[in-house]
Amino acid sequence: MSHSVAKQRHPVAGIIAWVVALVMFFPIAWMALASFKTEVEAVQTPPLLFFMPTLENYRAIFSEANYLLFAGNSVGIAVGATLLTLIISVPAAFAMAFYPSPRTRGLLLWMLSTKMLPAVGVLVPIYLLVRDAGLLDSRTALIVINTLSNMPIAIWMLFTFFRDLPKDIIEASRIDGANLRQVLVHVLLPLVMPGIASTGLLCIILCWNEAFWSLNLTAHNAAPLTAFIASFSAPQGLFWAKLSAASVLAIAPILIFGWFSQKQLVSGLTFGAVK
Amino acid sequence: MSTAASATMGGPRAKPGKKKAIGGGVNTMPLLAPAVGLLLIWMIVPLAMTLFFAFRRYNLLNPMIHGWAGFNNFKYLFEDPALLHSLLVSVILVVGVIAITIILGSILAAIFNQPFPGQGVARVLMISPFFVMPTVSALVWKNLLMHPVSGLFAAFARMLGFQPIDWFGSFPLSSIMLILCWEWLPYAFLILFTALQSMDEEQLEAARLDGATAYNIFVSIQLPHMARAISVTIMIEMIFLLSVFAEIYVTTAGGPGFATTNLTFLIYQRALLAFNVGGASAAGVIAIILANIVSAFLTRSVGKRLEI
Repeated sequence: MSHSVAKQRHPVAGIIAWVVALVMFFPIAWMALASFKTEVEAVQTPPLLFFMPTLENYRAIFSEANYLLFAGNSVGIAVGATLLTLIISVPAAFAMAFYPSPRTRGLLLWMLSTKMLPAVGVLVPIYLLVRDAGLLDSRTALIVINTLSNMPIAIWMLFTFFRDLPKDIIEASRIDGANLRQVLVHVLLPLVMPGIASTGLLCIILCWNEAFWSLNLTAHNAAPLTAFIASFSAPQGLFWAKLSAASVLAIAPILIFGWFSQKQLVSGLTFGAVK
Repeated sequence: MSTAASATMGGPRAKPGKKKAIGGGVNTMPLLAPAVGLLLIWMIVPLAMTLFFAFRRYNLLNPMIHGWAGFNNFKYLFEDPALLHSLLVSVILVVGVIAITIILGSILAAIFNQPFPGQGVARVLMISPFFVMPTVSALVWKNLLMHPVSGLFAAFARMLGFQPIDWFGSFPLSSIMLILCWEWLPYAFLILFTALQSMDEEQLEAARLDGATAYNIFVSIQLPHMARAISVTIMIEMIFLLSVFAEIYVTTAGGPGFATTNLTFLIYQRALLAFNVGGASAAGVIAIILANIVSAFLTRSVGKRLEI
């Protein structure tokens, strides 16, 4: 009833909302459209809305053996860093949520404060350390850096999630005679899995789109898609249809991930302040 | 995971007498140590090195030059007009983008809070730009939309009989700001919309029955309700916007001149293009001090509401 009242009140709201949403999405849609044009059509005036779609750009991007290398780097870095983040963060968040102590609050806020350190403030030492370790242009360096910089967010997100779980249930099932393994597999795991999954999703999104360290610490071997796309910024002829095709391939998986994880993203990206 | 759980769960069993003690009865150190230790190293080592280099004479191109520099790096930095200008660029970008995204974001959050057909889909379209990697968003705007010859805006200008505008040449800072707003409006919107959703529907209904207009409701009820979310959004955007890099890197490379060189880009230029480790580190110290001022507020604001 309240909804029907509201609906009749502001029919304009829906129209405004849709117009804004379409304007915001337009650059992405325009890029996707350009990726199916030929290079000549992509820069034509007046801009073409209807044309014979071609897959030529995608074919060109894939036949460039390099694209798969960059995509592989992105996947490898994102998955590697996310797994490592979770392996370290889950026990810590679990301990703080299930067994809070007087120092838990201070610990959490300190972790948050490490995230506030601007990357550029430590660019020089990290660059030198990575260089001296012989890890310039290596996936390992980016995995380690992504892990460390996402860990505070992951711990906070997992903590807020674990904190709201019913803790008595473990005790109860122990009293009911379940052994440790049963408690773990049948009681605890199903409870914590959704939180771990959405934290992992957020970590993957953050790693995938990370640009600062990717641009500064990689050259050719370990460059992820963010750096590959940036290489299109030095123009050598018309290749915007190909740029569009490469971009579509680079953002599509994360866009879809993002659509599914909006809610969790909010609590993760505001350190639990807004849920 | 399994070692994690067994360690804590073994705790109460081993000491049944302390079962009820909160936290104290269980040794959580093995679970916490890896995370705490790594973050401690991640924070202290680079920080100490930045501070150290800031007082050294150190250029990667000329290893013969070394030794203590005292405050000279800072002196050169403060005498360099580029620093003041880059700070100004940073502030303009941060303040401008935050103001625009928060104002538009809160209005849009209130609009989307009304039920309308296809609300879910519209919301997904609305927040999509946030998930686009920064290099892609910058290049799409630079090449497909704002390019003076073959961009879409130029095409429209010509169709209407105007001279196409060279956006990044004539309005470099505004153009970068436009891209940043496009990236961050979805974020502000998403956070503020989520905050509005948690609001009591009956309160709004009561206000409507009392004859309040949409404007009244927005200003007197919804805006105060969003206050906390707005402050968190401002501070988080500030942290990220202070270190904007990729968007400048692929569009203007800091130019023309120093027009779009923010503090982050200045440090990058000093360190990795000019190989001046000392000077870059001194600028890094300033960036860290700036960020710490902001983060002190954020940490306090988040900590106040933290339930353990």
